[in-house]
Amino acid sequence: MKLRISSDARQPPAQKAQNTRAELTRRDLLRSGAAVASLTLAPGVTLMAFGGSQAQAAADADKRWGLLIDVNKCSADCDDCVSACSTENGWKGHGHPETDAQWIRKVTLKNKATGRESSMPVMCQHCEAPPCVDVCPTGASFKRPDGIVLVDKHICIGCRYCMMACPFKARSFVHEPVVDQKSHAPRGQGTVEACTLCIHRVDAGGVPACVEACADAGHQAILFGDLRDPESAISRALLEYPTLALRPDLDLNPGVRYANLG
Amino acid sequence: MPERTIYREIPANSAVWGVAILLGAFVAAALASVVYVEHHGHIVTGMSNQIVWGLPHVFAIFLIVAASGALNGASIASVFGHAPYKPIARLSAVLAMSLLIGGLAVLVLDLGRPDRILVAMTTYNFTSIFAWNIYLYTGFLIVVAVYLYVQMSRQPYIRVRIAGTVAFLWRLALTTGTGSIFGWLAARPAYDAAIMAPLFIAMSFSFGLAVFILVMNALFRLSGRRIGNMLMRRLSHLLALFAGAVLYFTAVQHLTALYATEHGGFERFILLQGGHLTWAFWLVQVVLGGLLPIALIYIPRVGASRREPVIASVLVILGGFAQVYVIVIGGQAYPLQMLPGFEIASAFGDGAIGSYSPSLPELMLGLGGIAIALLAVGFAAKVLRILPTNLLDANVPGNR
Repeated sequence: MKLRISSDARQPPAQKAQNTRAELTRRDLLRSGAAVASLTLAPGVTLMAFGGSQAQAAADADKRWGLLIDVNKCSADCDDCVSACSTENGWKGHGHPETDAQWIRKVTLKNKATGRESSMPVMCQHCEAPPCVDVCPTGASFKRPDGIVLVDKHICIGCRYCMMACPFKARSFVHEPVVDQKSHAPRGQGTVEACTLCIHRVDAGGVPACVEACADAGHQAILFGDLRDPESAISRALLEYPTLALRPDLDLNPGVRYANLG
Repeated sequence: MPERTIYREIPANSAVWGVAILLGAFVAAALASVVYVEHHGHIVTGMSNQIVWGLPHVFAIFLIVAASGALNGASIASVFGHAPYKPIARLSAVLAMSLLIGGLAVLVLDLGRPDRILVAMTTYNFTSIFAWNIYLYTGFLIVVAVYLYVQMSRQPYIRVRIAGTVAFLWRLALTTGTGSIFGWLAARPAYDAAIMAPLFIAMSFSFGLAVFILVMNALFRLSGRRIGNMLMRRLSHLLALFAGAVLYFTAVQHLTALYATEHGGFERFILLQGGHLTWAFWLVQVVLGGLLPIALIYIPRVGASRREPVIASVLVILGGFAQVYVIVIGGQAYPLQMLPGFEIASAFGDGAIGSYSPSLPELMLGLGGIAIALLAVGFAAKVLRILPTNLLDANVPGNR
């Protein structure tokens, strides 16, 4: 049974879909067995394959996930989104911010002309045309069909060219040995990492940890949803209020947008 | 024209062994640094999430750029048919390959996961200039090896010329690729400029020739052979010309950026307020590495003419390192502008000038790359007939 499961896992998604149509019952049976087998026999191996084909297969090409951050609702003295991300994904500081992982951080933007200050979180902006994906020599940086930009830890060689290319300083290089990793967020010393938009939650129908934490804190400053669905709350809000993307001059069409920033 | 030059391996005398052992020690120190950094992580280097490329990249890029320029002698001989350069064409080709190997070694050994080099060699993303460069670098080694073979097997001149022309075009592509690593980074105000490619080509002409002059002199001295003043004068005049070209492209680079208001902040930083980076730019890169060697070569002086090309070469190399340092470190130290018209601040150094203090392992890795390159060229000179026995004026073809 184990052998047949792994051959199924190697098939491309299109082939899998065809086969499934032909022998639905048997496939369903095997797949349910696969879930049990992989969870009980080799959870580490399965979950470490976080990037690449498995992550691609989990994505729904009909969706594009995004965030809308209302900076008016974001409190300058609150960083619950940052601590929630850290707890959820198992990254934490070692006391040196310059080399510590920062999947999400709070920044203050001050309008040079008016002096107005805004506090807001910045994370991977999940660009439609991500420069990190363009420059990655091995293809370790990739974009899922649903717009989430990830790093495949198996083929990242740690060259840091993506960090040179990212306009948002959103990526971190793992400078120190990592311990106590979360099985859903594999990390590796010497590789690059960034916000995953909590794909483990999103793929299971949930929302990213930062969104949940912001709501729990009573701010409701971060709205998560499908940018392709005109009926989603995020799409309606984007229609209703003026918003902008960071580095609009680069025309990257990020999945993260900011409202009331000006 | 009949070949008059006699090429012989250098002898294994005690001086050669002494230099080889010294270089070997540097290579060993570099490997120890790699093990140390890989064990503890890059936390033991001066690099951070803002300065992601540090001193190893400065050494690697200098060596890779110089590799392309070390081919100058061979190109002038084979492509442009200048007879006086023919005796140095073999050494020129070998040095080009050696410098590239040294530079690539540093680049690979500084990766977060150097053990995954096979992944880099087998998994490509063709929208990445880095991936193209892997082909350009390995291709350069193959093309120059073929070029060296046709020279050493004394093939008809037309074949040498064809191989030399391919190598010449390839080196232009190679340095275009290296410059474009920076030139195509649209996000950073320090880069994002098409002039990076021609600037790097000019840098390669200059740095590579300077390294060539020093290595040739060292090998001739170690093997007790002599070089005539006329060849040295030719090479040094060429060096002054190339050093001038680097200054020219540097001036255009900064004048263009100064014209755009959005780049004004970065230019103010590098040209005026960047502390040691500003000093490295003006004093080391422009004055010591550019104006002074040009003056040394072009302003006639009485006596000491034999030492001037060597001194000028040392200065050009010094200025070259400063230039690559200012490009690589200065470009990253200047903060990213997240939103035009806004100032940014955070606990993560947003909006602040990044600081970088290179650590000893980084320096040793970089020096190890130089040692690898020099060991490789020395070894080649020991086992291959690439070095003429005599380059005194009377023995160099085409001298008048």
